[in-house]
Amino acid sequence: MARLVVLGGGVAGHTTATFAAKWLGSEHEVVVVTPNAKWNWIPSNIWVGVGQMSKEEVTFDLAPVYAKAGITYKQAKAVSLNPEGNESSDKAFVSIEFTEAGREGQTEEIEYDYIVNATGPKLNFGATPGLGEGSQLGEHTVSVCTADHAVHASKKLEEAIEKMKAGTRQKFLIGTGHGMCTCQGAAFEYMFNIEHELNKAGVRDMADMKWISNESFMGDFGMGGLHMKVGGYVVNSKLFAESLFAERNVSWLIGAHTNKVENGKVGYELLDGTMGEEEFDFAMLIPPFAGVGLKAYAKDGSDITSTVFAPNGFMKVDGDYTPKKYAEWKAADWPKTYQNPTYKNMFAAGIAFAPPHIISRPMSSPNGTPINPTPPRTGMPSGIIGKAVAHSVTDLILKGENAHLHEAPMTKMGAACVASAGKGIFDGTAAAMTVFPVVPDYETYPGTGRDTDYTFGEIGLAGHWIKHVLHYLFIYKAKLNPGWTLIPE
Amino acid sequence: MKQEELNFEKDQFAQTMIPGKFAKSMRTCVLWQLIRFAILNVKMIIVVQKSH
Repeated sequence: MARLVVLGGGVAGHTTATFAAKWLGSEHEVVVVTPNAKWNWIPSNIWVGVGQMSKEEVTFDLAPVYAKAGITYKQAKAVSLNPEGNESSDKAFVSIEFTEAGREGQTEEIEYDYIVNATGPKLNFGATPGLGEGSQLGEHTVSVCTADHAVHASKKLEEAIEKMKAGTRQKFLIGTGHGMCTCQGAAFEYMFNIEHELNKAGVRDMADMKWISNESFMGDFGMGGLHMKVGGYVVNSKLFAESLFAERNVSWLIGAHTNKVENGKVGYELLDGTMGEEEFDFAMLIPPFAGVGLKAYAKDGSDITSTVFAPNGFMKVDGDYTPKKYAEWKAADWPKTYQNPTYKNMFAAGIAFAPPHIISRPMSSPNGTPINPTPPRTGMPSGIIGKAVAHSVTDLILKGENAHLHEAPMTKMGAACVASAGKGIFDGTAAAMTVFPVVPDYETYPGTGRDTDYTFGEIGLAGHWIKHVLHYLFIYKAKLNPGWTLIPE
Repeated sequence: MKQEELNFEKDQFAQTMIPGKFAKSMRTCVLWQLIRFAILNVKMIIVVQKSH
């Protein structure tokens, strides 16, 4: 019997574990280690953050689902990896620390034959003074990164609306809390969902709304922007994004590294090197992401963390990590199988793998401060990578160590993205977009880097319906209800 | 001045495009959006299939 350990129970980890358990059957063991008791459909946290959904509607308990799938579930966080074993055993193992109520702080070593690192990110609030401490949200801003954060954000929004109804103007500042953030799309959604709710509450004219972002141009989204087909034209996402902001009367401040957060005020540095401050009454600033801080040790106990992980804490896989200039970046730099080059029984999926470089053009201020979005690898790419990795590990276990590895490079993978701009069955809207491929490939698609036959976008009620259907569809799939394998990632 | 053109007064918005009344109404026109819903689903399924 072989044992696969999956670290993380988010989109990538859950996909990997559930498919591997199905394909491997009961002769082999799949273990999931995740610090969370609940699974969270994170895209719908936006609606929790504006009071349009409850926490219970976007989460469910993991334990009964894993029991149904025959997966061993440990509510714990991974602390370190020993891919060569230790002095008393040659067997690889992972050290974990329980977070489950009643077992907090207890530790265990789990031996493995294969391991998939799908831990997702550490929400690095501590990277910006005042935004938070470590992975803990601070007191000055709100967040929609977790369901609990979103519940808190909703309460704060309600308070702001009450103030406006009482005649006090409110300044909303939404965007990124650091120069190296990703997930601009989530902030974009939250901005326009707030704007929609303020209109419904009849207080939009009492609100000043501003977007602050590390993007060098509107519509970059961490993908270097995209050219898409709209109304028969191929247009840049800059025009698409600016148009929506102008229509909704939301001003913007871009190329900004938020370097300080205080009560009612942020400090920032712009790409031209100037420093400034922006006041707010309500702010939601996305934190930068980092690896979760896993350590790795060799058989003799020496620290090999830098061999297994990149400096940002994400796991090295089969990408080309040689430092190169922007002009020399190629699609071939990006990983295909997500196998660790040093330890072949180790894979990473979703946000946990280290990208070879960013996707957007690298930028920095004259002071040397890097200000550019980092690559998005959430949602559909996370699910597809997780499934490909599950397929590879299954084949390695069932067919032997020379089995063919499955590939899911982000340079040959598209993504469908639905960004909500307001919830409502008849008055909601969302920007429905597809992009192919996620990482531009200028050798295959000279010009835009992408296939414009499959890269398009439009905003409307239909997009909102799609996002709402996907909410129920993916929660249905994640609960492993009948026919779950038929629903694509 | 038409309501939808008011925002062009702001310098930051002056060089982009803002939808007019008709374009905005089509975004929430249930009949038209049902058609778009069908088309968008087909387009997305094609991209999803190409990506697996």
